[in-house]
Parts: sequence; C-alpha cells; structure tokens
Amino acid sequence: MSINALLDEFKGKAATPKQQLAEYKAQGKKVIGVLPYFAPEELVYAAGMVPMGIWGSNTKTISRAKEYCATFYCTIAQLALEMLLDGTMDGLDGIITPTICDTLRPMSQNYRVSMGDKMKVIFLAHPQNRFEDFGLQFCVDQYNHVKADLEEVCGHKIEDAAIQDAIRVYNKSRAARREFVKLASEHCDVITPTLRSAVLKAFFFMEKPAYTAKLEELNAELKKLPVCDWQGTKVVTSGIICDNPKLLEIFEENHIAIAADDVAHESRAFRVDAPEDEKDPVMALAKQFANQDYDVLLYDPKSSENRRADFVVNMVKESGAQGLVLFMQQFCDPEEMEYPYLKKALNDAGIPHIKLGIDQQMRDFGQASTAIQAFADVLELQK
Amino acid sequence: MAKQVSPGVLALRKVVDDVHKEAREAKARGELVGWSSSKFPCELAAAFDLNVMYPENQAAGIAANRYGEMMCQAAEDLGYDNDICGYARISLAYAAGVRVSRKYDPETGEYIIDPSTGKPLKDADGNVIIDEATGKPKKDPKTQTPYLQLDNIHDIEALPDGPEKERRWEAISPIRQMRIPQPDFVLCCNNICNCMTKWYENIARMCNIPLIMVDIPYNNDVHVADENVKYVRAQFDQAIKQLEELTGKKFDEKKFEHACANANRTAKAWLKVCDYLQYKPAPYSGFDLFNHMADVVTARARVETAEAFELLAKDLEEAVQKGETTTPFPEKYRVMFEGIPCWPKLPALFKPLKANGVNVTAVVYAPAFGFVYDGLDEMARAYYKAPNSVCIEQGVDWREGICRDNKVDGVLVHYNRSCKPWSGYMAEMQRRFTEDLGVPCAGFDGDQADPRNFNAAQYETRVQGLVEAMEANKQAKEA
Repeated sequence: MSINALLDEFKGKAATPKQQLAEYKAQGKKVIGVLPYFAPEELVYAAGMVPMGIWGSNTKTISRAKEYCATFYCTIAQLALEMLLDGTMDGLDGIITPTICDTLRPMSQNYRVSMGDKMKVIFLAHPQNRFEDFGLQFCVDQYNHVKADLEEVCGHKIEDAAIQDAIRVYNKSRAARREFVKLASEHCDVITPTLRSAVLKAFFFMEKPAYTAKLEELNAELKKLPVCDWQGTKVVTSGIICDNPKLLEIFEENHIAIAADDVAHESRAFRVDAPEDEKDPVMALAKQFANQDYDVLLYDPKSSENRRADFVVNMVKESGAQGLVLFMQQFCDPEEMEYPYLKKALNDAGIPHIKLGIDQQMRDFGQASTAIQAFADVLELQK
Repeated sequence: MAKQVSPGVLALRKVVDDVHKEAREAKARGELVGWSSSKFPCELAAAFDLNVMYPENQAAGIAANRYGEMMCQAAEDLGYDNDICGYARISLAYAAGVRVSRKYDPETGEYIIDPSTGKPLKDADGNVIIDEATGKPKKDPKTQTPYLQLDNIHDIEALPDGPEKERRWEAISPIRQMRIPQPDFVLCCNNICNCMTKWYENIARMCNIPLIMVDIPYNNDVHVADENVKYVRAQFDQAIKQLEELTGKKFDEKKFEHACANANRTAKAWLKVCDYLQYKPAPYSGFDLFNHMADVVTARARVETAEAFELLAKDLEEAVQKGETTTPFPEKYRVMFEGIPCWPKLPALFKPLKANGVNVTAVVYAPAFGFVYDGLDEMARAYYKAPNSVCIEQGVDWREGICRDNKVDGVLVHYNRSCKPWSGYMAEMQRRFTEDLGVPCAGFDGDQADPRNFNAAQYETRVQGLVEAMEANKQAKEA
C-alpha cells in the first residue's frame, strides 16, 4: 500500500471507534474497554478478546456524567463515563478501570455503580512502591485479579503461553510505534502532527497484530524516503493527550512539526517493553510496570532530584526540537504538580515552552491559535 | 459564639501547642524535624523519638487564620496551578520559604495597622461607640492588626546579621503554623490521596531531603485482602529501615508498642467523644470536632492526647447529666456535615446553621480517625481504611452508620474543589443517603483552604433548601 493509503486507513480507524466496536461484535468477538493508565492489555489479548482504549472523546459533551461527578474533574474521565452512559459503549463486554490518579479513584466507583450488570467492570490498583519484591508481588496479585475477571468474561482460562505470546505481540507493537515516532520526525513533511496523532491513536482501536503489520509497512515505506529538509520548526509535545485534529492543525498552519513526545496517550504508553524471558508472564507484566519511569503519575524514589524534568529536557535536546509544548489537561493535578519543576529545568536549559490549557470539550481554538502562532516566532529564533 | 471552654478542650489545646513548641526547640538544638502526611503511621516515627509536623493540619490552621488566599497565590506564583489542592499549595509555598509577615515601618520598626481590621469599640455598657467625625463605629485598637505581606525565609537568611534581619524574622506572623521548622525529611502515606505522593516529592526536591513513602492503593472492596496487608506491612518494614538509616538509631520496639498503645487509647477516647453527639440535644456542636482534629492528627500517639480526650469525654458526660450544651442555639435539626470544612469561612458556614437551629451532629472524621488495632498487621489493615481509600460501599456504610447513631435529619455535602478523591463519588452517595435513610441532602461548592472557591450566597440558599426539606419531612412524620 502507498503511504497515503496507509495513512488514510489509520486516520479512518482513529476516527471511528464505535464502528469498529460494532464490527468486532458482528464477528462474534468480545471487547474490553481499557481506561488510562498502565492497564496490562496483554491479558485481554491473551484471553482472545479485543482491547479498546477509552481516552474520552473530542466530539461529545458531558451531560449524563453530571449525575455522578462535579465539574472539576478531567474531561477524559467524565467523557468516558458519558460514553458508557449514552450507549456509545453498549457493545463492550467489560472495562478495566485503573486508579492511579485522584480522579480515577472515585471514578472507578462511578463506572462500577453506573454499569451495574450491564458489563463487567474490572478494578485495578497499581502499587507506587513498585520496585521491591513486595511491590512486584502486589502488582502480580492485582494483575491476577484482572486475569480472573477477564476469564469470567471470556469463559475460559487464560494460559501462560497465551500471555507470553501477547507480550511478544505487544512488544512488537511498541517497537513499531517507537520507530514510527522517530520516522515521523525525520519525515515530518509527510507525517504532519494530525497524521502522527491519528497513526498512534489507531492503536487503541485496532486489533494489535493487524495494527503492527500496517505500521511496520508504513515505517518501511517512510524509510525509503529521503530525510526531509524541514524548513519549519520542531517541538516536543508533553501532557496526557493531544489528539484533537483541530488543535494539531494549528501546528501545521504554523509549520511546527513534532520531533518527539512525552505524552501519556502516545510515547509514555510504549516506552517500556515487558521482559520476554520471565518464567511467570504475569510477573513480566508487573516488571514492565515497575520499569515505567519519568512519569508524572508515578512515584519517583529519587524525588529529591529533578529526574523527570531532566529526562524531558534531554528529549528536547536529542530530538532536535527548538522548544516544548505542554498540553495541560484541565483538572489534571499530576501534570500540574510537576509543571513548576519542568518549567525550571526547561528555563535552566534555555528551552522555550508554552503551556496550553486544554480539555476535550474545547470547541474554540482561537486563544490556542494565537499562542501557538506567537510561539512559532520564538521557535524560529532558536534555530 | 462565646462559649464556655471545658478543661478537656484546654488540655487538647495545650497538647497541640506543646507538639509545636517541642518541634521548634528540637530544630533549634539541631535535631531532625520531619513533615508527615496526616495518615502516615505516626507510631513508626514515635519509635525513633522523632519530632514530626503535619502540613495538612498546618494548612488548615493557616487557612482558618485567613492566610489561605495569600499562601495559595504564592504557590501559584511558583507555577502551581490554582486547581491543585489548597492544602498542597499552602504547604508548597511554605516549603519554598514563603511566610506571611506583618508590615512594619522601617524607620520606627512599628507595625503598620490596617484600618479595616478590628472589632467595634464598646463602652462600659456594651454599646458600640460611634466616631462623630465619620458616623461609623470606632475600632477597638486592641483588636486591630497590621497589614500583611509575604516574605521569604531564604531572603531573610541572605541578609547580613543585624537589626533589619532580626526585625524581618520577628515580623513573620506569630501563629504557630507560620513558625513550623523547615523539614529535614518527609514521611508520605498516600492512603488519603495520590496528590500526596507528588506533593511530598515536590517538598523533597525543594528542600533536598529524603522521602519515606508508604503507598496504600485504593481499595475496591469493603475487606482489606491479606495480600494488601502484606504489601503495606512490607513497606512498614522498609520505612523502619529507612528511619534507622536517617536517625542512626535502632528501631525501639518498646517505644513503638508504647506509641501504639497510646494511639489506640486516643482513638478509643476520640470515638467516645464523637459518640456524645448521639445525645439529643447534643452536648456540643459537631463543628467543635473539627477543632480537635489537630490533636488526632498531630499527636495521636502521645499519652497526653489520650488523657485530654478522656478528660473531654468526662466533661461531656457531666454536660449530658446536667442537660447542658455548648451549642450556642437551640437544636432544631441535626445534620451530618460531609467533607472537610471550608476553614477560611468557618463563621460563614456556621451563620445559617445557627440561624436555622441546625446542629452538626455527625462528621465523617469520627470513624475516619478512630482506628483501633493490635500489632503491625492489624495496623497495616487499619491504615488501609482512610476516608479516600475505601470503596463506595464502605464509605456509605461509615456515613450511614453515624447518621443513624447520631440521628440526623439531613446531610450537608461540601463539594470541595481541593479534594477530588473525596468529592468524586458524593453524588451517588447523596442518592444512597436519601434512599437508605430517607433524609434530604444538599450540596454546596467550597474549598478547604482557598476562600476564592466558596460562595456564601449559594451556601445559604442550599442550607435554606435543606432546612425546608427537613421541615417537610418532620411534618410528614408528625402527621
């Protein structure tokens, strides 16, 4: 397939999760919705079911979810609930609800209560003290509960061999996505910010082997192209999610490409592979979680250092970006808490940045457009 | 709200004053002083004779003293978003060295009085004295306070030694919460929220000090599974090792057991004090319990705290016998106050309650701090059950238990902008309270520390609505 045809397909998949859910159901497959963050999706795949990521929506409006939560909650969590309540997700056979942030804690209860018998709501609590044996064991225990719940939904035991296979499938997908991110920077004339986002977003809705095959095909095609002589500027993006095409188009209009990202919905989700040589595959998944690092959501035992911000600064330097754009998801306190030290590290390194306040109900991008336009001028001076 | 202060209340006040004084003295002697989250197992620090201060309690005090907005704003100037928990913002500004200070004239060294402060001056008969020139009441100079401004201890430290430096130190607000020593280590337990994790990491980074972390993940079950206990217990062991390294001392089991015994005794006495709200009319207002939170948080492993609560229980017993109450109005309705109070706005919270005869006879803190346990495993299980770490069923059960026991007619719910884990399932809880208990509920928007998030008019309307619903319920029952 040509690059354009592949990109069109990814774009189509990224924009039509509801349609794909209907297709999976028509094929007789069971589908599990997976909420942010760090859920061991491999277990869903190993169960022979289709995992679909639920990261809110850019087109819905919060209405029914108001019955459950006050306004000061992130729109990703609220719109996930909205879609569970408005019928969008009726085809799901279950959802996994991690609880690593303060919004997801009570929301896990709202999801469970509101769904009643409609679908299986699978609870997940991760350990923050995740490195020592006791942390790994706790994570294994929790993952085994998730596994047992999934077995209830799929109606059969999830064998270790199937999990080992799932780990290989997911590692392959992560490697392909990491390579794509690199190639997207080298070929940013072809892979514009909106297309980059669509390709990475499609992962959450497509079946993984099919997705990886298509992505590897795209990567191979991109490699054939000469590295582009980009005349615009480049940034690193950071935040929880930045998948709104209308917002990303503003970057294109201002000739700003994405060199790399520190985004939960993108690279943070595929930085770390699960070990393939672990005897107990559930332990392999626990180790993968323990190896997650430089993340606003996770405890850093070396907290007196500024490791996460230094990591992001290095990413900007190594990727050849001239600056950083932080997509600050409204009401996201983990991101907000880490902002002052990120800002300090960026300032110390002489890296310009802007903080764009966003949420998924944003429909007017005038203010963002002005800020990005002004930032483009700052970036030019850094070249 | 002039009310009689009982010996128990005085004893409780002294305990908190002593805890602060001892920490200041320890710091002056060059000993370690730590900061701890309110539900970190204080028994562990007590085993090492460590002086520990509590930023949540400190922030509540700062907010109640009306410094909340200034300190929150200072944190925002450091880059912390105004959406972050108000306690965290106040604490982070404080950790960065920010202090609320009294403005003085550099020439004379005298404080500059803010004319808008102070109470009206009264004559011998208690009548307000009017200033003939302005036609407005004269202010009692004794009650007037200086203008306030922000200072920073790092700026003061950088000054050359001399009178100016001393004057700046002295000008810092004298309230004990503004005089807490900077931390040498931090103890974090995130059972009440995950914001705590990042909050304490920020303090550790700001002050370049060690952080000891006990992680208690959210629980979806009423029961605490053995595997969860094992995880927390292992972290206790790790925390002990870290404290041994920090202090250079061995873990003193006897001191630990003693601290546990005190904490259990305090918890039992606290629960007993809370239970006096079951009497009708209640011998005191549940709002008073909020004042005693400082003791439960900062000093629950001290014998003096247990003794002070026992003394208060005795005072209350006597009050019940005599049919007395410290509630400054006749009790017409009884409600549960859900959530942390809006500390900067306590008088505004109290006003419509008093006007309508609404007494708060139940607060969630009663069961939340009343844990009784035996041994380390049970202690791990107890610390697993914090207000925001339990599932909705457990949360509802706690609340409905005290609502029944304390015979409430309604529930007033604080949707606290500062506390996402707490407020996040209150709408469903409200539905359950009404369904299970047949009592009306009313919610209002507010904040535990940032006065900008509270609207007195909205609050008064909601209280009015609740009162009307309680009255209608009452009349229906009587009919």
